[in-house]
Amino acid sequence: MSSVDQNQTLMTQDGVPLKVSLKRSQRRSKMRAFMLVFPLLAFIFISFIVPIGSLFTRSVDDTLVNEVLPLTFEELKNWDGQDVPGEPMFAAMFMDLKNADKIQIGRVSTRMNYEKSGWKSLLKKTSRKMKNIDGPPYKEQMLKIHKRWGKVEFWQSLTAMKDPYTLGYYLNSVDLKYGYNKSIEQQPEKRQVYNLLWKRTLLVSLLVTVFCLLLGYPVAHLLATLPLSKSNLLMICVLIPFWTSLLVRIVSWMVMLQQEGVVNDTLVAFGLPEEWRLPMMYNFTGTLIVMTQILLPFMILPIYSVMKTIPPSYMRAAQNLGATPTLAFLRVYMPQTLPGIGAGSILVFIVAIGYYITPELVGGKDGRLIGNFIAFHMQNTLNWGLAAAMGVILLAGILILYWLYDKIVGIDNMKMG
Amino acid sequence: MGSSGPFVRYENVQKSYDGETLVVKNLNLDIAKGEFVTMLGPSGSGKTTCLMMLAGFETATHGDIMLDGKPINNIPPHKRGIGMVFQNYALFPHMTVNENLAFPLSVRKMGKADTEEKVRRALDMVQMGQFGDRRPGQLSGGQQQRVALARALVFEPELVLMDEPLGALDKQLREHMQYEIKHIHESLGVTVVYVTHDQSEALTMSNRIAVFDDGIIQQLADPVTLYEKPENSFVAQFIGENNKLSGTVGAISKGVTTVDLGKHGSIKAAAVNVSKGDKTTVSLRPERIEFSSKKPAASKPSLPAKVLELIYLGDHIRCRLDVAGNDEFIVKVPNSSLSADLKPGVKGHVSWKTEDCRALDFVG
Ligand SMILES: Nc1ncnc2c1ncn2[C@@H]1O[C@H](COP(=O)(O)OP(=O)(O)OP(=O)(O)O)[C@@H](O)[C@H]1O
Ligand SMILES: [Mg+2]
Repeated sequence: MSSVDQNQTLMTQDGVPLKVSLKRSQRRSKMRAFMLVFPLLAFIFISFIVPIGSLFTRSVDDTLVNEVLPLTFEELKNWDGQDVPGEPMFAAMFMDLKNADKIQIGRVSTRMNYEKSGWKSLLKKTSRKMKNIDGPPYKEQMLKIHKRWGKVEFWQSLTAMKDPYTLGYYLNSVDLKYGYNKSIEQQPEKRQVYNLLWKRTLLVSLLVTVFCLLLGYPVAHLLATLPLSKSNLLMICVLIPFWTSLLVRIVSWMVMLQQEGVVNDTLVAFGLPEEWRLPMMYNFTGTLIVMTQILLPFMILPIYSVMKTIPPSYMRAAQNLGATPTLAFLRVYMPQTLPGIGAGSILVFIVAIGYYITPELVGGKDGRLIGNFIAFHMQNTLNWGLAAAMGVILLAGILILYWLYDKIVGIDNMKMG
Repeated sequence: MGSSGPFVRYENVQKSYDGETLVVKNLNLDIAKGEFVTMLGPSGSGKTTCLMMLAGFETATHGDIMLDGKPINNIPPHKRGIGMVFQNYALFPHMTVNENLAFPLSVRKMGKADTEEKVRRALDMVQMGQFGDRRPGQLSGGQQQRVALARALVFEPELVLMDEPLGALDKQLREHMQYEIKHIHESLGVTVVYVTHDQSEALTMSNRIAVFDDGIIQQLADPVTLYEKPENSFVAQFIGENNKLSGTVGAISKGVTTVDLGKHGSIKAAAVNVSKGDKTTVSLRPERIEFSSKKPAASKPSLPAKVLELIYLGDHIRCRLDVAGNDEFIVKVPNSSLSADLKPGVKGHVSWKTEDCRALDFVG
């Protein structure tokens, strides 16, 4: 019927191509919509994109050393790395240090100390006594100031910093380090801490997710199926902890679970020998229990919101078709709650993997997680590069998880509430 | 086995949800094998409840429900082997059409080849053969309905329950599906208990209809009897259109009585469950009434009438009249017999056959 040629462009009455006209009429409303969301976009940019960008830059940035010691690194290219370098290298180092001010030397020595401990005091002492040196040959005079100048390891450690970027912080995050000329090697045994921490963080997050699921699923089901008056009450019970201050909850857990706490006292009152008091606080168990309780609502709410939309007629239909109630639940009801399970699990896992305050307070020594060490390096050692690298690894882990979830379940299937 | 007795039997069944009101009051209903019985009634009259008790999702507060001669009160739903089509279809959204149909077979541990064969045949029966790989969400309402029907039939139950299965469909599709369900019922010979509140649907499809109101079966009969010979005013009012005249029952002889309409005179009517002196509501079907401007023969029951309004409906004309003080009195005049003197304001008479006029219980 339609005789319009497919290839012919459609025109409006006054001869303007329809597409142009449509675009023009849509531009105005698009503009208005954009103005409305602009503040939010700006906020997201400033508070999210920029910090993450700077986090990432900081985790690989190694320009400082190169800027402060340019002559040394120039000279380093000619060095074979076998023996203590000769006079030219010492001269370069001397000049670099002489040109740098005190603050720069302080920062550089901190950075260099990450690669080889000892650099800090070496540079400090050298720069302090440098004024005594008034001309070449520098090698002998510097060796006199500090004998470490004569150790080849220190010169070798410089090669790890020769580029303006470094993966050293990432290597440190997983108990590796740069050796000569950026070869990768293991950290010495006594300095290996992070792999254990990553594993523990992962384990805690997984266990917390599983416990939240096991505890939260039945509650969500009750919430979705009880008559309104009862489910409202239950909902309040779920939400009140959610609304209570985190610290209050943690402290009340301390009261409950510590050695002289309510739970142990009760057990002792029922005949548990005094010396068997269960260690449930300031350790791995404590972290697990408290985090599970705190994160439980993040599991319950998404699952509940999915269950709420499943009419009871599905279960009835399944039973009517011959399935026992258990089978009906497993094959008909549960698969339909998967989007909620997925959303809840991802939510809990992501929050748990970066958790910090709870492990800090109740974790003791073996309940600390990676988040605590990020904070530690931010606040105490001021090794921001390492903290940033660990942060980026966490972020990447979460993104990978997200991607996997999308592949397996599909993000469209996720229902957050 | 129990071929002598009825296939399904409700025996003095009562049901209360809250312990205060009876939603179903003393239900007695026998359904024979292969029958198509419809439960018809207004919203909230307890139809779904009756069906759910049969399917096993509600328990009767009192009384017995028998299937093939055996009481089933203590048999869980999944062992009853009753097919059911739910009002919202309840197709499992996470399974394809094929998987939905295979579900009842797989829980019965049927082999793969058998399953595939049965699923294919069931889908072909409802003309949905090429949709097996779709999800329910990708089907139209009518297609979902067919799949739900196929799923309820695929495991070859002897009894199939349907709770307003066509409620969500538009009028045309609904009528089409009515015929289809009817044909499937006839070709498979299954027993069907069907719930609807659409009276024309009930009349089209059923062998017998149980008219429900207020938890009680008001009348249980085949469609013709139900329409032609309603036993009380509720049924007369609920099934088809109906004109009401109020009066008092006079002497009854051979089932015929004279109803005194007060100052509007008196008419002869078939007496149904009324006795002399009772107040009564007389029921007259609009299409059984004739209007003429001349007075009909004295042997024919008639009343004076005045035309108030005419509504042209194509195949017939609805004619609103004032008869015996009732100004909502409707007469359906076939298009073919429309005469020129039928105009608003015209006075004349309405007449009918005595057996079409039934004196029933009084309703205010
Ligand atoms: N689970 C329940 N709990 C309490 N009361 C209920 C329950 N289900 C139904 N009722 C009540 O029982 C009465 C009958 O309900 P039922 O669902 O059987 O009606 P119905 O005839 O199927 O109506 P409809 O045509 O609207 O589907 C109604 O008054 C309803 O409020
Ligand atoms: Mg109903």
